[in-house]
Amino acid sequence: MHNLQDRFHPGSAQEHFDPMSHVVPIRMYVTIWAALMIFTGLTVFAATVELHVFNIVLALLIATIKGTLVALFFMHLRYSTKLTMVTVIAAIFFLFILFGLSMTDYLTRAWLTNTIH
Amino acid sequence: MATAVQSVERENYLNSNYGIKSWLLTSDHKRIAMLYLISITAMFWIGGFFAMLIRLELLTPAGDLVSSDTYNKLFTMHGIIMVFFFLIPSVPAVIGNFVIPLMIGAKDLAFPRINLLSWYIYMAGAITAIVAMVTGGVDTGWTFYTPFSTTYSNTHVIGAAIGIFIAGFSSIFTGLNFIVTIHRMRAPGMTWRRLPLFCWSNYAAALIMVLGTPVVAITLLLVALERAFNIGVFNPQLGGDPLLFQHLFWFYSHPAVYIMILPGMGVISEIIACFSRKRVFGYEFVALASIAIAVLGFLVWAHHMFVAGISVYAALVFSLLSYLVAIPSAVKVFNWTATLYKGSIRYETPMLYAFGFIGLFTVGGLTGVFLASLGIDVHVTDTYFVVAHFHYVMVGGMVMAYMAGLHFWWPKISGRMYPEAWAKLSALLVFVGFNTTFFPQFILGYMGSPRRYHAYPPEFQVLNVLSTAGASILAVGYVLPMIYFLWSLRYGELAPPNPWNAVGLEWMTPSPPPTHNFDETPIVTWEAYDYEHQPQEEVSVGH
Repeated sequence: MHNLQDRFHPGSAQEHFDPMSHVVPIRMYVTIWAALMIFTGLTVFAATVELHVFNIVLALLIATIKGTLVALFFMHLRYSTKLTMVTVIAAIFFLFILFGLSMTDYLTRAWLTNTIH
Repeated sequence: MATAVQSVERENYLNSNYGIKSWLLTSDHKRIAMLYLISITAMFWIGGFFAMLIRLELLTPAGDLVSSDTYNKLFTMHGIIMVFFFLIPSVPAVIGNFVIPLMIGAKDLAFPRINLLSWYIYMAGAITAIVAMVTGGVDTGWTFYTPFSTTYSNTHVIGAAIGIFIAGFSSIFTGLNFIVTIHRMRAPGMTWRRLPLFCWSNYAAALIMVLGTPVVAITLLLVALERAFNIGVFNPQLGGDPLLFQHLFWFYSHPAVYIMILPGMGVISEIIACFSRKRVFGYEFVALASIAIAVLGFLVWAHHMFVAGISVYAALVFSLLSYLVAIPSAVKVFNWTATLYKGSIRYETPMLYAFGFIGLFTVGGLTGVFLASLGIDVHVTDTYFVVAHFHYVMVGGMVMAYMAGLHFWWPKISGRMYPEAWAKLSALLVFVGFNTTFFPQFILGYMGSPRRYHAYPPEFQVLNVLSTAGASILAVGYVLPMIYFLWSLRYGELAPPNPWNAVGLEWMTPSPPPTHNFDETPIVTWEAYDYEHQPQEEVSVGH
């Protein structure tokens, strides 16, 4: 680690940076793991119930919650700098651009044909 | 004589140690940049060889040199190699890798081993793609459109797609390295507002690399999976949508145009300022225009799909958004022009290439505005107009900028000067050859000549002959620098630390730089491009 620190110029770091500084108790990891297992069970159970279009919505919702837990606790996002948070939020923002602008196509493709008929 | 020269030559990154191992296991950003330079130059010649065969075929209206199937493979492999294995890594992985740490006063990039890993991954991807090509080739076009790529093509689609998938990670690593380096390793006093514009534009490109590349990697993996296991993402019979591929592909591949052009724009900003002896007009606007291009670039992708069957309402939205990208691009072109105004202009080789860039990029950019408007796009889609447009941006813009940058930083990279007269001749040949090759294609396209056919009606022959003749001039223009750069390594005049009398930290260290770039960490007390105030005298050295 010492070499890594040496490469950073002392004057340029805007925030104190030490990825190893936060020690998370093992109990926390076990709790999150248990929660992930429960959500996995929930996904399997939800797949057996007929909810029509909402099956996929529910599955994605559970997957999002699980992903958030992994990012926040297993990947230490909760204890990271604001810059790291911004980075993750930026990625999600661009994902929404991908989904959102694609939907301008998928949601309106039928409009013109509906008007003509 | 040789021993006498060596005894005065101080230790630098080239002579610090020798042997193949010292290069293949290096973590020095400068040596890795050289590994990239050699690799992408090889890819450039392979891609250029395919282009040469294409132009030879099109010399006559009849499809006589190669069969239509071979022709399909030629333009596909030309596109794949030039886009993914030359243009995308060109300025960032070679010039950016070499000069960004020098420009910000750092000893290396933030993650030197990841930097080396990125080159190995690039090589793995390149070799995978080349194996796919040698064992039979691929004929889908570099865009891999479904359902042809997933269902109908009988060529090596999976191999080529996996090669690009692998190479994508090398691009992500380079982007990640640049972002962290520029955020955390700037020398004391090197604030964001003093950051050279080359760093700004590479930073913007790095954002796109990190945000966009995973999308195309996953998309091509889906194509491979669909071909191998028929999973049904793009197959309507299984509930999929072939147009979904185009959405996902262009979500990356349009911004990828900006991965290619933004670092080139950074090169131009450096050169225009240096050879006009003026600070870049509206520095903040040029810097923020890079970020604006990176962000807006993600909002325009479906202009590649206007005739593909997307909703006309979506097409309207994307057409409007596409016009927006012209604004920050124009900000750059106007500001470079304003920088020239009343400058003490010197016509050295890098500046000649930079002038070429501004003119050709403007033509490429403005014809892009034509293509963003729905009415014209429907008329010229899949014609040579489109081919001419993107070659004006990619070759007239990007390759010009790459050549400009190579000439500008060659004395720093090699420690030797290249022969100026030959270099000026090459800049002239490239400019003339390029326009002769691609301007006729605008006319061909407007007259309705479709792209991607190996035969054409006889009335189009004159323009095609012009284009092929131009391509041969262009080829000479590219062969020349290859020869004199190699020649200069041994016979070129020794380069002083700052041959152009430029400002910027990379010129304040010897040519070639020592392994650790700076003997002492520089402290920056001046803004970028402070050409009016002889900043070299103000350099203070601390730590």
